[in-house]
Amino acid sequence: MYSFITENLESIETWKKKQFFLSFHPPAHHWVLMSHALLSLSPHPTADIISTVEFNHTGELLATGDKGGRVVIFQREPESKTAPHSQGEYDVYSTFQSHEPEFDYLKSLEIEEKINKIKWLPQQNAAHSLLSTNDKTIKLWKITERDKRPEGYNLKDEEGKLKDLSTVTSLQVPVLKPMDLMVEVSPRRVFANGHTYHINSISVNSDCETYMSADDLRINLWHLAITDRSFNIVDIKPANMEDLTEVITASEFHPHHCNLFVYSSSKGSLRLCDMRAAALCDKHSKLFEEPEDPSNRSFFSEIISSVSDVKFSHSGRYMLTRDYLTVKVWDLNMEARPIETYQVHDYLRSKLCSLYENDCIFDKFECAWNGSDSVIMTGAYNNFFRMFDRNTKRDVTLEASRESSKPRAVLKPRRVCVGGKRRRDDISVDSLDFTKKILHTAWHPAENIIAIAATNNLYIFQDKVNSDMH
Amino acid sequence: MLPRGLKRKCSEDEAPAGPLQRQSLLDMSLAKLQLCHMLAEPNLCRSVLIANTVRQIQEEMTQDGSWSLPGPQTAGRSPRDRLVSTEVLCCSAWAGPAPAPDPADLASALQAVPATQVPGAMPGGPWDRAVPGESQGGFPRSLDQVFGTLESQGPGTVEELLSDVGGSYCDLDAVLMGVVGGAKSGPEGLETFASVAAPPRGTGCKADLGELDHVVEILVET
Repeated sequence: MYSFITENLESIETWKKKQFFLSFHPPAHHWVLMSHALLSLSPHPTADIISTVEFNHTGELLATGDKGGRVVIFQREPESKTAPHSQGEYDVYSTFQSHEPEFDYLKSLEIEEKINKIKWLPQQNAAHSLLSTNDKTIKLWKITERDKRPEGYNLKDEEGKLKDLSTVTSLQVPVLKPMDLMVEVSPRRVFANGHTYHINSISVNSDCETYMSADDLRINLWHLAITDRSFNIVDIKPANMEDLTEVITASEFHPHHCNLFVYSSSKGSLRLCDMRAAALCDKHSKLFEEPEDPSNRSFFSEIISSVSDVKFSHSGRYMLTRDYLTVKVWDLNMEARPIETYQVHDYLRSKLCSLYENDCIFDKFECAWNGSDSVIMTGAYNNFFRMFDRNTKRDVTLEASRESSKPRAVLKPRRVCVGGKRRRDDISVDSLDFTKKILHTAWHPAENIIAIAATNNLYIFQDKVNSDMH
Repeated sequence: MLPRGLKRKCSEDEAPAGPLQRQSLLDMSLAKLQLCHMLAEPNLCRSVLIANTVRQIQEEMTQDGSWSLPGPQTAGRSPRDRLVSTEVLCCSAWAGPAPAPDPADLASALQAVPATQVPGAMPGGPWDRAVPGESQGGFPRSLDQVFGTLESQGPGTVEELLSDVGGSYCDLDAVLMGVVGGAKSGPEGLETFASVAAPPRGTGCKADLGELDHVVEILVET
């Protein structure tokens, strides 16, 4: 059990009271900056926007994709006693160009190289594998390490040139000698031509043999070893495109049941499908939909109900969805409504018209569970991100920015004031920077380490007080 | 609730929208949809959401009686005044320069497709299909508006709209919405808005659509 500090300390008396309080209650989280990476790899600054962030299954590796089609993998350094200040920090492990801009000759269009999603495959041998996708093409990458090389060939010299045989007087067995670590990345599969519309999600099945890719209207099932065909398992394209009123926004396989997957729609519904029921899963097994609140109805009701991300809990019992103003937890056994709803930035509800005007209302925020499914996290504007503790019902707003990114500085909780009493460090709604949006966040699978992408900045924070998951 | 000044598009408070706010919201949405279509590869989700919003506004305006259904042009003067503003929006939005057309594309497409009959029009809201029939046939009456404005701009913009047309890859989707389907052959697709839901009756933008209608109907049969 733990609680968040959500108020600033105001006086010695308050501080004393808090110490007293803390002595009887476990200390709060202290999120501290572990690593801050600035992506500035290309001569075109606009290409350095991080578009996806994903930890691998152990949390040892963290992959980011950006608008320029590059993937950067960070590796956590093992904690060493000799360098205590670099306890398990993340450093760059490998960088490679995953996707290049393509040209569709049929439509005279460029296909964006922006990486929409990265998903790691469970590690099955010494190599790591991940899937990366842009709008149209999914690629499987294999990442291997080389730290030894053979030396002492009989026929070749050190540089690889053939030896003059007359100089060879004895035979030797080549031996493996250590060398500087080299990380090699190679594309193993390219899954192309499966999608007419833009791919928004990929998800690896728990069977580790198949994965799915979803675009606006269709979901395909692929076998990891087969690139020339895929099975279409969901198709919501109407016979007449004029009748199109709903698109697929996200989808994911169940973490344990390889036959179950969920997909979300722009109308705010979730459909759980069972692949054993039919080849084409157009009929959902379960439909999760919350009835509209008539008191809050406006012309923007549908837009703000559109689900931008859906994530199964690690346990597989719950689903987490993000729409424009809230995050919701759904129980797989209850279709009628979510079991929990958390307001991310309800102060924007009265600004929806302006946010529609400047297109911010279409921003797609992601959401994340912590490893024990007790805390959920999502991003917001002004480089703010929010965490909600499902047990204590406390929440906190933190900021990922250069100012707060001093190493080992504890992140200070932030507050947005909506008029009325304004405290010293509060931000007013009208001074929020809507260009600074935290769309992509990820939580380490086992520890309290989070990765936050803010434009071209990657922040990795660690909870120093509670390193392990509660 | 008190209507705000005309200059302000969005009221600070999201109180129930009065007719002025509703109209400005409609204008804004139509402008967004048209901007969508001018983009190389618009976001389908965004387009669908905006189109649904437009439909919602239009439905409410129809219910309120502030907007007459399409059909005989017996609408009163005040709705027509409001419609004029959105038409002006339609016209000006298409005023941008179009990319150079490729005459070969359109010519070959027309040759590949047999001619069809002109189906009868059906009354209904702007989202109803004006033309019944095959699943791939018909286009909403509101597209008269679109093609009307395009026609008035000259062949360039028409080519742009129909530039997706090409042989077996053509779908009605492509023609109407700029979406190249062809899931059978597997080429990539282009997403745009579902359709420009301009007021179905055109006044200032109504042009001689005869020839253009014929062209589109031919392509419909692909």
